[in-house]
Amino acid sequence: MSDVIDRPILAAEEAAKSRLRIIDCDVHPSIHAHADIEQFMPKRWQQHLRTYGSHLRTPYIGTTPYPRSSPLIARRDAWPPTGGPPGSDLDFMRKQHLDPLDIEYGILQVLDLFIFSQQNLEFGAAVQRAINDWQLAFWSDRDPRLKASILAGQDDTEFAIAEIERCAKIGRYVQINVCPRANEPLGRRRYWPIYARAQELGLPLGIHVGGYGGHAPTGSGWPSYYVEEHQSNAHTMAAQLTSLVLEGVPERFPNLKIVFIEGGFGWIPSTTWRMDRHFEAFRSEVPHLKRRPSEYVKEHFWFTTQPIDEPDEGKHLRSLIEWVGADRLLFSSDYPHWDFDDPRYAFKTPLTEAERRKIFNGNARAVYKF
Amino acid sequence: MAATRIDCDIHPAVGGTRTTLLPYLSDHWKEQVVSRAIDGLDLNSYPPNMPFTGRVDWRPAGGKPGSDLKMVQRGAFDQLGSSHAICNVIYGAQAVFDSYMAADFCKAINDWIAAEWLSRDPRLSASIVVPMQAPDLAVEEIERRADDNRFVSVLVLAQGETLLGRRHYWPVWQAAAKHKLPVAIHAGSAYRTAPSSIGWPSFRYEYYLAEAQAFQAQLLSLIYEGVFGKFPDLKVVLMESGVSWLPAFMWRANKTWRGVRVEVPWVEREPASIIRDHVRVTMQPFDGPPDAVGVADVIEQIGSDKMFLFASDYPHWQFDGDDPMPPHLPASIASRMCQDNPLETFPRLKLAA
Repeated sequence: MSDVIDRPILAAEEAAKSRLRIIDCDVHPSIHAHADIEQFMPKRWQQHLRTYGSHLRTPYIGTTPYPRSSPLIARRDAWPPTGGPPGSDLDFMRKQHLDPLDIEYGILQVLDLFIFSQQNLEFGAAVQRAINDWQLAFWSDRDPRLKASILAGQDDTEFAIAEIERCAKIGRYVQINVCPRANEPLGRRRYWPIYARAQELGLPLGIHVGGYGGHAPTGSGWPSYYVEEHQSNAHTMAAQLTSLVLEGVPERFPNLKIVFIEGGFGWIPSTTWRMDRHFEAFRSEVPHLKRRPSEYVKEHFWFTTQPIDEPDEGKHLRSLIEWVGADRLLFSSDYPHWDFDDPRYAFKTPLTEAERRKIFNGNARAVYKF
Repeated sequence: MAATRIDCDIHPAVGGTRTTLLPYLSDHWKEQVVSRAIDGLDLNSYPPNMPFTGRVDWRPAGGKPGSDLKMVQRGAFDQLGSSHAICNVIYGAQAVFDSYMAADFCKAINDWIAAEWLSRDPRLSASIVVPMQAPDLAVEEIERRADDNRFVSVLVLAQGETLLGRRHYWPVWQAAAKHKLPVAIHAGSAYRTAPSSIGWPSFRYEYYLAEAQAFQAQLLSLIYEGVFGKFPDLKVVLMESGVSWLPAFMWRANKTWRGVRVEVPWVEREPASIIRDHVRVTMQPFDGPPDAVGVADVIEQIGSDKMFLFASDYPHWQFDGDDPMPPHLPASIASRMCQDNPLETFPRLKLAA
């Protein structure tokens, strides 16, 4: 075990004389002060935010339905000395994360202000637009390593398309983000205009876990504990993969790249085996599928690695990576959240040099065209 | 006689409330189902005409797949080579909103299966169908059947009204444990909530696939609410859940528990070890990888040869031909799952001489 745990990956790289820099596909910036974001909102919505706040399909106005395991789900050491929430201070993020881990690019995933779950769709649109502007002004402009995503909540499809157009003209965003927990499964036809535009623009579709769509977090009802809710993220991702494949999204949009973010990847093999296993019995219900479900998964989908699975035996992680395919995996840290994966220690099994180059850098470089 | 081979999951079909169940209903509900035409409670999870619901060669000329005893005997015993089988009746009684109606329908199903199936073939045993809508009535139904050892487990749906670990169900688990009845959680939905957090799917295919995650949520609920701590003898059998999701599910559960266990201090062991002790799975479908090495890996990752139970899922179309055994299964597993594991899991299972 120690040969894996203690292996200082960066030192090893330097020894190999070809430095492998890390592309981190899941970095969470936070709003430092409301004024930062309000400057990108019309007065009407600034007022709305102060007066009415977020109207969500959840019971409380001041916290999440399931109290998390740490304040703001953050690492205890990630609170910036200058004040403000974890992830809100660029200098501290550089010092704690980007520089020491030699991050070449970090892809921003904003979760603030319940971006995709606002019941008031117009307010939700104003929040998304403001955050799209804020990502450039406060992050990408100040540190070119940090890349922004276009937040485009799918349930207001008309707005989503308009916002994609607006941001695409600016030209500095690397993906289009939609929400895995919203009104309906992402494969449904009503969302296809977004995929058509994403494909034309050559921008990957990013799906980061989260959202309050009003449906119970599990298929059997509402759990009692955060420990259950946390794991249900993997279920959400399995259901979305199934929806997108079975509705024929990759069949219909063959050049669309779809990235699943913060779902981990342990659930992928069994989900695809199960899809294939029952394909024959249900084939007459989905005649639009021209190939076996697993073939679409292997060509059109990518998955970020965190939270990485930690089987007792390293060889089991090795089997998992081989089943999913090193080509499909994009390293992500989830900085600054508590379940952060450190690129030096996350994989508790040795990777080949080729695998490391793909997972930590090459795959993301190709998907996001860096 | 052939070797003992216990099929832990077959499905006799209820024709209807105004036909099959009518003689077994109370006078009140007899009158109600006739005067109000209450019928057609086949679960949305298994529409009778859907190919998956009944294999082509297991469909009677008239009626639903699984509705004809002689045909079931020919299929499950003569053709598939089992020596015994456990009947799990999946009908809409568990999805009824009126808990009194649900209780009477469940009672009728249990009386019907005892009179018209178990009494006609000693190779058959059955799960007790219970109205989880009203846990006190579910307990009553278990007590009513407890003396009949032909009933070997308690049957509940994977997607019912609330997660099964919740405290209001504990009296049901207490009654089950008291009578050495494992709780059989079977695929199927009462359609109370969407089958996953993402909302209502378009296809039945999609719905069926999502059930695997519903089972996972049930295990987490039972573990984290502390059911296995409270009832240390309780066993849970996942039926028609798929199996290959277990390893990654257990890894993720262990990791999440290590991070957040402060929330559930009464759970003192890793979820995976609790699962290996308390949870069993029927092996149809297995949903495994296509190759022998992959299958062996999955079995090794699950890490217990006691968890697997032989099943055909008759008359569902899970496989073609005469062999319900999932392909490439290691021989040691194949032998244990037919006899030793079922007898250990269902202590009330008394084999015919």
